[in-house]
Amino acid sequence: MMMNFILSIAIWTPISLGILLLILQKNLSENIIYKLGNIFGFISFLITIPLYIFFDTTYSGFQFQEISPWISHFSIQYHLGLDGISLPLVMLTSFITWLVIFISSNSISRSLGSYIASFLILSGLMIGVFLALDAILYYVFWEAMLIPMFLLIGVWGGPNRVYATIKFFLYTVLGSLLMLVAFIYLFNQTGSFSIVDFYTKQLSLNAQVFLFIAFFMAFAVKIPMWPVHTWLPDAHVEAPTGGSVILAAIMLKLGAYSFIRFAMPIAPDGLLLLKPYLIAISLIAIVYIALVAIVQTDMKKLIAYSSISHMGFVTLGLFMLNPLGFEGGYVQMISHGFISAALFFSIGVLYDRMHTREIKDYGGVINSMPLFGSFFVLFAMANSGLPGTSGFVGEFLVILGAMQENFWIAFLAALTLIFGATYSLWLVKRIIFGVAKYKKIAGLIDLNAKEFFVMSALAGLTLIIGIYPALITDITNQSSIVMLELIQQSKI
Amino acid sequence: MLTNILTVALPEIIILISAMSVLLLGVFFKNKNATSLFGITQLTLLIAAYFTSQLPIESKLLAFNNMFVADSLSLYLKLLSYFGLSLVLIYSRDYLLKKNLLNGEFFSLVLFALLGINLIISSYHLLTLYMGIELLSLSLYTLVAIDRKRQEATEAAMKYFILGAVASGFLLYGFSMLYGITGSLYLQEISEQIGVTEVNPMILSFALVFVTVGIAFKFGAAPFQLWVPDVYQGSSTPITMFIGSIPKFASVAMLIRLLYQTLDHLVMDWQLMLLVMAITSMLLGNITAIAQTKIKRLLAYSTISHVGFMLLGLATGAITGISAALFYIATYVLMTLASFGLIICLSNQRGDIDKISDLSGLAKDEPWLAFLLLIIFLSLAGIPPTIGFYAKFSIIQATLQFGWIWPAVIAVMSALIGIYYYLRMIKIAYFDDAIKATKSSKSIHGELTLTLTMNAIALIVLGLFPSPLMDIATLTSALIF
Repeated sequence: MMMNFILSIAIWTPISLGILLLILQKNLSENIIYKLGNIFGFISFLITIPLYIFFDTTYSGFQFQEISPWISHFSIQYHLGLDGISLPLVMLTSFITWLVIFISSNSISRSLGSYIASFLILSGLMIGVFLALDAILYYVFWEAMLIPMFLLIGVWGGPNRVYATIKFFLYTVLGSLLMLVAFIYLFNQTGSFSIVDFYTKQLSLNAQVFLFIAFFMAFAVKIPMWPVHTWLPDAHVEAPTGGSVILAAIMLKLGAYSFIRFAMPIAPDGLLLLKPYLIAISLIAIVYIALVAIVQTDMKKLIAYSSISHMGFVTLGLFMLNPLGFEGGYVQMISHGFISAALFFSIGVLYDRMHTREIKDYGGVINSMPLFGSFFVLFAMANSGLPGTSGFVGEFLVILGAMQENFWIAFLAALTLIFGATYSLWLVKRIIFGVAKYKKIAGLIDLNAKEFFVMSALAGLTLIIGIYPALITDITNQSSIVMLELIQQSKI
Repeated sequence: MLTNILTVALPEIIILISAMSVLLLGVFFKNKNATSLFGITQLTLLIAAYFTSQLPIESKLLAFNNMFVADSLSLYLKLLSYFGLSLVLIYSRDYLLKKNLLNGEFFSLVLFALLGINLIISSYHLLTLYMGIELLSLSLYTLVAIDRKRQEATEAAMKYFILGAVASGFLLYGFSMLYGITGSLYLQEISEQIGVTEVNPMILSFALVFVTVGIAFKFGAAPFQLWVPDVYQGSSTPITMFIGSIPKFASVAMLIRLLYQTLDHLVMDWQLMLLVMAITSMLLGNITAIAQTKIKRLLAYSTISHVGFMLLGLATGAITGISAALFYIATYVLMTLASFGLIICLSNQRGDIDKISDLSGLAKDEPWLAFLLLIIFLSLAGIPPTIGFYAKFSIIQATLQFGWIWPAVIAVMSALIGIYYYLRMIKIAYFDDAIKATKSSKSIHGELTLTLTMNAIALIVLGLFPSPLMDIATLTSALIF
């Protein structure tokens, strides 16, 4: 009985718990709200575990499907389903959300209840995006997700938060509205909003190119790809720590996931035609944005640019259209989820103590915070793709995939291993090592128990996936084979 | 014959009787007993709604020598009008009571306006239609000026009256040309005549243009929108709420009756006119709204852009377009009532809200009202999961189905511009600190907050389950012809 609605439960539990928290918070003290929020976050994480346990890795189609009519006039259905491509992302979402709530009491001083509730609702909506198999259901989750994020940045963000949050909202909506037009166009062609029906629809090359461009506008903004990436550094810098973590670890993945789910299989011939441009854009993101990252003086901005550069790897891998690249891009997505989350957490740890994000204000942190220093070095190494960490696996596979396509693409992509190491290690050198320049740094207190827990959980996952990536690839294998076949078939 | 009239036009007869008796009773009751007048009016609406809902939806009933029709369209729009007016009265009661305007005249004028709306919706003859338009317009001119002491209100009424009279003139001119070439005032006969006999194309095209211009003016569509912001800004908020909501039902009905049912053979000609007006309204409304600093002006421009969306649906000349527009108008009125309801709520508590910046710091003072504001403006902006999204969605679907890809793209781009200024309102309420200390001096009437809450929650609930309303709109539009 429960198994039939397992996906709905995964979506609606965090949302209803979030609303419950919103209602309850008036009469509760800060401390109780934090504990309650934590329990809610943990419950929301626990209920996604059965998805992993009962998932059949040998089956390539959608599992635990739920279908019921929703808006009959447009034959829109409430259709959910899970496959190997969405499962790791769902787990990532619920896990990171829990961590964010767990560490929230450190940095948030006002209306903690609303803050935690926003994250719970956001997490339910993001899981909804990963599970929806009906285009309009997907679109509703996709857009609704912006509202809590808009408020999170706008209410709890830094000094320039209003500009950043409105920019974030408008950029994202601009793309998604064109996606809506694409969906409706497909509906008028197929008479249904079911994604599965979209997959089998034959379309002219012209239509496919336009559809791909419409989808590209929506997803490229979200990933974000060069040249529509400019909202991300602003949003990251102004967002509170938790907001940055969710933004980098999960929201950016929504774009890449949607490329796999919509743009690529629906318009494969359009994709093939545009492939050279897409690869070029990805390479620009990888190389140019990495160079931009090197010169940043604000550490949050630096990590934000590094995120864009790493997401460039993801798109490069996906657009190679070969199994190695696809697998590599996907692993890179999950791995970046952990590493970027960890890096933003680390910056949050420093910011809570020093209230500055300027790199020049730091130096010699290792002297007073040895534990933090070791974690930060590990994550910076993982970020630059050190073998043994998850960062290496994805980048290595993508470069292998690129090599099959063309030597020079692989060469340019590999360059970033150098650039990545440059900005990551230089950041470490300036912040962690050296002598403590300022008195304040000498007096810093090392990680507390909560922070230590979050850091070690993320460090553990980074290493485990680095050493045994089959943990992810086993899940995704079947689905990605099917997906690649779909993408490689001409639909004209 | 009499039974026929009684079954078909009973709601209108009841409204007429009530409108006159409320005026009389008002003289005796004076202000202190306005509550009983309020009760009588609400009761009238309830009874009228009951008798209207008794009419069959699938058949077309005629009365008064076939000048008056009751069909699916009239059923749908009339029931929505009663519901909308009832909400308007609930929202405006406290506000008007405080301003000493809640008297027999107000209720009487509102009921006469409703009668005018009903007549337009049910008209099957050019004279009935014109009578309805005049009844509605004259009541509205007076309602705008009802707050005699405010100079702004008088000015707005004057502007509205002059421009409205010009528009009525246009319509009448068009009507007379139609009569001249077809020899009939019955909508159906005109349509048949144009289809069958050779009519002078020059006069016909002039008639079409005059009629379309008249409709566009009454609708408030660009480029005939100039009166809208001034009238919105000049009237008292409850009157603005009234003008901005229910008369739009009449405008939609007028457009369907005149263009779809009378001039249906000229669909190729009016289609382009409507398309151009739709695009102009959407772009002009949304772009100009960005520059506004006063709430009512902003909402006026937002209305113009919403009208543009409705016209885009209606321009398709197809059933799907009508059903999308009928769905849109219902949600639009619900959203408009909520947004003005919110302004009235705040005005009762903080003194008149005029500038957008008066909303600043709302989230801190009144977190619940701020949350409602969030829902309402997201719905106006068309962000899911609110009903506003499905309204825009169905219009864009109808447009694309007709094969208009670029108008659909322009529509979504203008929606994007719209999102910007709606977000700015949310930003001011949520992120800005209060400019002046406006600690709540008075608590808001519980009943008012409750209504507003239900209204706003309805925007979300309908957004999660839009199916029933959508099905009704589809059924209605399928049964019109």
